[in-house]
Amino acid sequence: MFDTLKAIYSNLRSMVMIFSHATRKRDTILYPEVKPYLPPRYRGRIVLTRDPDGQERCVACNLCAVACPVACISLQKTQAEDGRWYPEFFRINFSRCIFCGLCEEACPTSAIQLTPDFEMGEYDRQNLVYEKEHLLINGTGKVPDYNFYRVAGLAIAGKPIGTAAHEARPVDVKTLLP
Amino acid sequence: MTESTSLWTPELIAVVMAAVKAIVLLLGLVIVAAMLIWVERRLLALWQDRYGPNRVGPFGLLQVSADMIKIFFKEDWVPPFVDKPVFLLAPAVAMITAMLAFLLVPVAPGWGVAPDLNIGVLLFLALASLEVYAAMLGGWSSNSKYALLGGLRATAQMLSYEVFMGIALMGVVIQAGSFQLDHIVAAQRHLWFIIPQFFGFCMFSLAAIATTHRFPFDLPEAEQELTAGYHTEYSGMKFGMFFVAEYVGVVLVSALLTTLFLGGWQGPFADRLPWLGFVWFALKTFFFVMIFILLRGALPRPRYDQMMALGWKFCLPLSLANVLVTAAAVLANTAGTV
Repeated sequence: MFDTLKAIYSNLRSMVMIFSHATRKRDTILYPEVKPYLPPRYRGRIVLTRDPDGQERCVACNLCAVACPVACISLQKTQAEDGRWYPEFFRINFSRCIFCGLCEEACPTSAIQLTPDFEMGEYDRQNLVYEKEHLLINGTGKVPDYNFYRVAGLAIAGKPIGTAAHEARPVDVKTLLP
Repeated sequence: MTESTSLWTPELIAVVMAAVKAIVLLLGLVIVAAMLIWVERRLLALWQDRYGPNRVGPFGLLQVSADMIKIFFKEDWVPPFVDKPVFLLAPAVAMITAMLAFLLVPVAPGWGVAPDLNIGVLLFLALASLEVYAAMLGGWSSNSKYALLGGLRATAQMLSYEVFMGIALMGVVIQAGSFQLDHIVAAQRHLWFIIPQFFGFCMFSLAAIATTHRFPFDLPEAEQELTAGYHTEYSGMKFGMFFVAEYVGVVLVSALLTTLFLGGWQGPFADRLPWLGFVWFALKTFFFVMIFILLRGALPRPRYDQMMALGWKFCLPLSLANVLVTAAAVLANTAGTV
């Protein structure tokens, strides 16, 4: 008998508790009118960034394409007159992309980055294939002052070996002079 | 001239008026039942700190129309392994039994299809018992395990709850001295039966929830255990009929709770303004509908045996005691007066 009364009480109590939620603030964010806050490291639409000098950061090393678990990145390396490597084409098929961010982690020059933008819906599936002109942005993204060619030892036109930042001149092994 | 006037005899006018009333009530009932889908979703959302459907039309009201359009144009597929005639019959039984019982309810003073039927409460009990055939036949003819289990549970649930449902109502009948629903309403002129018949009210509302297969007694269609229970194999409008029948059942049971225990259409000034009677009736009915939805939002589903144990071991003795005490009290009072 006591158990029955306790059960009735507990059921009525939960009903009152649920009813009291009528006055609570609702948790839903009314999306198209109210945009949710997305943190800067949110993994959304992928972009190709430029270095502070405005040059393409991507050196077409293919590490992102290798890291990509769904193989949605394809690119072709080519070389500029001054010796820089850059991608001849760079293509991301966003209908395959799972936004895992492994390409961003693999990238040695911080060229490929994920951004807090997810509104990429398309009616035509083919429109989800982004070419380089769609991916390339005019900024440095999340890494403001990194310039690969300025810190790398690779010689390009206008920057011979040994002139990169924090780089010593090459040692002449044929002389004993200090 | 005389011929054309003689066509409209008072009898014919009465018949036409009754038919019009019936059609109005029927349409109103179906529309209200369909709107309940929206009401339920919005209220559940309110109690779960969500919004619910609020996109289609003002406040999401057109969600019902969208759902209806969808369900009408869905493929109405009959699986090849079912027992076809019975399979087709079951949703119709659900709809018919749920709607037929509504003819007893006096929705306003002098309004209703047959509130003056002298076997009112008995007819409702009979129709409520017939309602089990919808679940049972649907579950049986589907020839699938989930549906069969759902039908089985529905049958057992009905058996255990029909019994004390009738007994719980007998207290009201004893006090009103009539099975007729408008007499029962009239008998509550000074005191609603929820006060003298409180246990009868509690027992009847439990049984009523059980007959409509609503939470927490929705074991026949427990989604988490039986996918959709007895209507697993149904699609398109046949599923829609089961679905709407459930909501018609909710309206019906709320209307009956109102009529039997909350004084029906009675309320301040209802005698002078008949339309106000309908407003009172609608408000009270909606109150019960809201409680039904709140129950769904708040309570967990009991186990199968717990549900039966509650019915047989707790509710049945309590409603029997209620009838005994009521009968004794009424007898004592009348003995005093006679």
